[in-house]
Amino acid sequence: MSEKLTENQVRQVAKLARLNLSEEEINTFTGQLGAILEYVAQLEELDTSQIEPLAHCLPVHNVFRADEVGVSLSNDEALANAPQRDGEFFAVPKVLGDASG
Amino acid sequence: MTLENKSALELRDDIVGGRVSSSEATEAVFSRIEQREPVIGAFLSLCRERALEKAAAVDRKVAAGEKVGPLAGVPIAIKDNMCTRFAATTCASKILENFRPPYDAHVVTKLEEADAVIVGKCNMDEFAMGSSTENSGLKKTVNPWDVERVPGGSSGGSAAAVAAGMCYASLGSDTGGSIRLPASFCGVVGMKPTYGRVSRYGLVAYGSSLDQIGPFGRTVADAALMLEVIAGHDRRDSTSVSTEKAAVQDYLAELDGPVRNLKIGVAKEFFDVEGLDAEVDKAVRGGLKEYEALGAELVEVSLPHMKYAIAAYYLIATAEASSNLARYDGVHYGHRTAKPRDYIDMYNSSREEGFGQEVKRRIMLGTYALSAGYYDAYYLKALKVRNLIRQDFEKAFEQVDCLICPTSPEPAFKIGEKIDDPLTMYLSDIYTIAVNLAGIPGVSMPCGFTKNQLPIGLQILTPAFTEDKLLRIARMYEAATDWHTRRPGF
Repeated sequence: MSEKLTENQVRQVAKLARLNLSEEEINTFTGQLGAILEYVAQLEELDTSQIEPLAHCLPVHNVFRADEVGVSLSNDEALANAPQRDGEFFAVPKVLGDASG
Repeated sequence: MTLENKSALELRDDIVGGRVSSSEATEAVFSRIEQREPVIGAFLSLCRERALEKAAAVDRKVAAGEKVGPLAGVPIAIKDNMCTRFAATTCASKILENFRPPYDAHVVTKLEEADAVIVGKCNMDEFAMGSSTENSGLKKTVNPWDVERVPGGSSGGSAAAVAAGMCYASLGSDTGGSIRLPASFCGVVGMKPTYGRVSRYGLVAYGSSLDQIGPFGRTVADAALMLEVIAGHDRRDSTSVSTEKAAVQDYLAELDGPVRNLKIGVAKEFFDVEGLDAEVDKAVRGGLKEYEALGAELVEVSLPHMKYAIAAYYLIATAEASSNLARYDGVHYGHRTAKPRDYIDMYNSSREEGFGQEVKRRIMLGTYALSAGYYDAYYLKALKVRNLIRQDFEKAFEQVDCLICPTSPEPAFKIGEKIDDPLTMYLSDIYTIAVNLAGIPGVSMPCGFTKNQLPIGLQILTPAFTEDKLLRIARMYEAATDWHTRRPGF
C-alpha cells in the first residue's frame, strides 16, 4: 500500500477500466488518485487478522426462483435504445480480428 | 395554510376529502416550477401532460367515490437514476442522456399504484457519485436557501424540489449519505431505510451493497407515508428483505406515539471531529437538550472505528462501481462513440466521451482496488473494516435506542468551493457514510439555522429494520419544534 502511484500504473488501470484517458487526465488522476490512496492507507493501522470480510449487510443466500418462463422484454423494447440496430441484432464493429487490445 | 405549504399527507387528505382537486394542486405545482426552475434547476425532465392526466384521473375516481391509493393526487418527483418508461433516465450523465428505459423501477410502479402524480425527474451528481450535485453532467442545481450554495448531493435535485415547493415529496437514493446530506443542506426531512427495505429493481446501480432508495418530505409524516408506499419485498431484487424476516410496518399509524424511556447514544467520535462547524455543533446539542426535556436520557457511547469509515467506503463503493459501470460500453444503449476504430476502441472512447471526471476517478480507484496484487490490501481489507464498523453500531445499540449526531460537519458550502479537491469533498460524508457500510437506517431532519439562514440537519440512527421507532423518535423532536415550518424566501 505504501508505494507512490505512478503514471504507468494509471495507464494500466485505465486499460483495465476501458477508459481512453487523455495525457492530461492521466497526469491529473495520478496526483488525485495518489492522494486518495495515501488517505485510505490508514486502514493498515487496524489489525483485522481475526475479522471476516463483510461484503453484505443483509444475510441473504441463494435467492432462487422456479425456472419458469415469465413475461420478458420484446425484441423491439430491448433494441429500442440500440446505438445501431440490424434487424434483431445490436450492430457493433467487427469483434474477431486485430484490435487495439 | 396555503395549498403550497400543506404537507403531502394534508394534501392527500384534502384531495380524498374532495376539498381540493389534484388538478388544481398539480397545475399550481407546475406554475411554481415555471417560476422557480430557471433559478433552482432541480429537474432534468418534466412530465406535465402525463401528470395532469393522472391528476384528472384521480379527481374522477374521488368524485365517483372509488377507492384511491395512499398518495392520491399528490405531486411527487423522482431522482433521475430510477427507471421510468415514460421519461428519459439519464443519471445526469452524457452517457445516458437519451436513454429511455424499457421498464419502470419497482418504486415507480408502487408510486403509480398509490395514485401519486409524478411531475418529473430530478438532477443529481452523475451516477450518484458526489456530495453536492456539482458532478451532474447535464445541469446545475442550486440551494433554494442561498442560490450561491450547493443543495448537497447526490440527490440534490430531489431535495431542492421539495424545499422550493416544486413537489410535495420526492425520492432520492443514498449510498454514502446522498439523501441525508442534501436533506440537511435544504432543510427538509430525508430518510435512508435499512438496506434491503426498499427494492432496488430499476435503480441504476452505483454501489450495490450500499444503495437504498428513500423519501424526502417536509415532515416526518410525509417520509413515513412515502416509506409505506415503497417499502416491501420484491422478487425482482434478490437483496430485498423477505416479509418473513422483516415485514413492512404501519409507519404512519403509530407515528405520534413517543418512545418512552428513550436512550440516546451520543458518540464522542461524532462530536470530536475536526472541521465541525460551531453553529452546527450548537444546533445539534440544542436538539439533544430538547430530547432530554422530552424525557430522554443521553448516554455516552463510543464508535472506535468511525474514523476509518470514509477510507473503507471509498474502496468498497468504488470497487462496486467499477463493476456496475462496466455495462456502459456503447453496445446496447447509451452513448456510442461516432467513429470507433474497432470494438475495443468503441468501449474505450464511448466511456471516455460519456463519463464525467468524478465517475472516471471512481471507476479508476475501484479498478485499482480490485486488481491483482492489490485486492487483498485494499478491497478485502476495507470489507474487514466494514465488519468492525458494523460491530461498533451493534455494540452501541445494546445500550441505547438510537444514536444522534449532526448530518454534516457544516451547512451548505458555496458552489465551486470543494470541486477541485476530491478528498475534501469526500470528507463531507463523515457523519453519513458509516451508516451505509453497516446497512442501518437513518434520517436527517432540520434542527436549526445558521446566522446566514442556512439549514442545519440532525441525524438519527437506529438498528436495522426499526424504521417505525426511528420515525417515532424523529416525530417527537419535530412535534416540539417548528424548524420544519420555515420556508426559503421566494
